[in-house]
Amino acid sequence: MTTMLELDDVHVAYGRIQALRGISLRVEVGQIVALIGANGAGKTTTMKAISGILGLQSGSMRFEGEDLTAIRADLRVGKGISQVPEGRGIFPGMTVAENIDMGAYLRSDRRSPEFAADLERVYELFPRLAERRSQAGGTLSGGEQQMLAMGRALMARPRLLLLDEPSMGLAPQFIAQIFRVIEEINAQGTTVLLVEQNATQALGLAHEAYVMETGEVTRSGTGAELLADPTIQDAYLGVS
Amino acid sequence: MPAAGRAPDAPGERVISTVLDPAVLTPLVVHTEAWINFDVGLLIDRFWANTINGLAYGSIYALVALGYTLVYGVLQLINFAHSEIFVIGVFGVYLTFLGLGFEPGALPNLPLAAIILDLLLAGVVAMVVAGLAAVGLERVAYRPLRRRNAPRLAFLITAIGASFAIQQVIRIVRGSNPEGTIRLLPPSPAFTVFGAPVTNLQIVIILASIAMFIVADQFVNRSRLGRGIRAVAQDPATATLMGVNRERVIMITFLVGGVLAGAAALFYLMTIPQGAVYNGGFLLGIKAFTAAVLGGIGNLRGALLGGLILGVAENYGQSLFGGDWRDVVAFVLLVLVLMFRPTGILGESLARSRA
Ligand SMILES: Nc1ncnc2c1ncn2[C@@H]1O[C@H](COP(=O)(O)OP(=O)(O)OP(=O)(O)O)[C@@H](O)[C@H]1O
Ligand SMILES: [Mg+2]
Repeated sequence: MTTMLELDDVHVAYGRIQALRGISLRVEVGQIVALIGANGAGKTTTMKAISGILGLQSGSMRFEGEDLTAIRADLRVGKGISQVPEGRGIFPGMTVAENIDMGAYLRSDRRSPEFAADLERVYELFPRLAERRSQAGGTLSGGEQQMLAMGRALMARPRLLLLDEPSMGLAPQFIAQIFRVIEEINAQGTTVLLVEQNATQALGLAHEAYVMETGEVTRSGTGAELLADPTIQDAYLGVS
Repeated sequence: MPAAGRAPDAPGERVISTVLDPAVLTPLVVHTEAWINFDVGLLIDRFWANTINGLAYGSIYALVALGYTLVYGVLQLINFAHSEIFVIGVFGVYLTFLGLGFEPGALPNLPLAAIILDLLLAGVVAMVVAGLAAVGLERVAYRPLRRRNAPRLAFLITAIGASFAIQQVIRIVRGSNPEGTIRLLPPSPAFTVFGAPVTNLQIVIILASIAMFIVADQFVNRSRLGRGIRAVAQDPATATLMGVNRERVIMITFLVGGVLAGAAALFYLMTIPQGAVYNGGFLLGIKAFTAAVLGGIGNLRGALLGGLILGVAENYGQSLFGGDWRDVVAFVLLVLVLMFRPTGILGESLARSRA
């Protein structure tokens, strides 16, 4: 197996608040890797460090063998890393179509058949978006915004997709749909790093998983191993 | 206003008396306008003339207002030095006139085509110079603050400081006195609207300004870079995730604002040929900023609408209340609009709306 993303002893702080205290993790090509943990554990901070919104205090990040810290945040999407941020990050004043187009901001093949195919695939995955093409993003429902954020991220043709709580605030049937889509995207060859509060579903989907607590990785293993672990069940899965 | 008492039997006369000096206790009667009129007749008489003249002035406000609004949309910063970028544009026009051999005071004796070409050249020079000056201002004044994550207040104080600094540099280079009057194209009536003459200058200024507005609006709404500008205005962190280079967007925003101010400078000097002076941006800057707030700051269409409304309202106010009230009307209008619609007429900012 080849490693797509590797974090080694990553430290990140917000001023004097130490959010990450030496995170190490690996994402292999083609996998779904889940990151679970309580509120405030540092999951979003980890995602932001990978996408470059936050800088590192120390530690290293390598993406496809390349030193990621040397690449400016706005160029990382061009390298193949696309993020669906926590809270979705929809541009409220842009239409659905314009939001989707923002995902392809750095692409220069707008007139190519591949581009048209990608666009079609997004509307196929989320038919609701096709109906709402010219509606302002800010007026979509929460679930529709989540679909829009995922569709937008896919337009960048990512090799690594970072999903930060894609099921947040969604009704159960929406959650099931989002997880189906994640599996489908992964099956089509995109590697996924998934942060989730729905730990049971996330672990059920994940090849590998990491558990975070107060800025540190405390457990890791395959999704199935963690699902079966009684301490994990107690702490994160709501079964006892 | 000096302390004034009004003779009850002589409306329209102002009585000035210096109480402290017994030698002039005899009231000195000065024949002048009443300090405030309410001349509905004049308002109606001059309605169309005022409207057209107001639209021409308002177009100039609108072009400058766009610069305030664009920068505000992207940085939430009121760039007080934008008025000095405009003045730099005015001097760009004036010095181009001098360079082309035009003399203050003398009317040029050239064929119309040559004059139009010279005006165009002066306009291009002003747009380039003002555009570059705006980008330079951003580099020197604001970028270092951004790098240090400085608080909002630091930006505001820097903006005011930069405004003074540029003014004083211009004063040192060109002196405190207004430059001479160079008029390339004297206004002449082109046609009439409801009996009011429309001059060639007015029509050119209104049409050219609206054309420039449309180009700017299309750029922001349709082009890829324009979409990047809107993305940064709406959600800077997510814009970065999409691959938008925020620093580049900021630079482009200042550039566009500066270029539009340069165009406004040409129209300004065509209308007010004696207007090249180091502090000439002060009142115009305040008016343009008022126009931007009036229409809804951060909103491009709001800047256009605010500029035109302000220009026209000022003229109506001048007829209705008297010449001294022109500037007061502008600010009273602003206060009234903000009382009832705190986000301005069109409300939404670049951050939320499509414009
Ligand atoms: N902008 C910030 N300034 C200061 N502290 C922050 C900031 N953002 C996050 N933190 C702190 O960093 C820690 C980690 O936050 P983070 O958002 O990464 O948690 P999380 O694991 O994503 O939590 P959640 O499940 O609630 O989304 C928290 O203690 C949080 O309070
Ligand atoms: Mg989070």
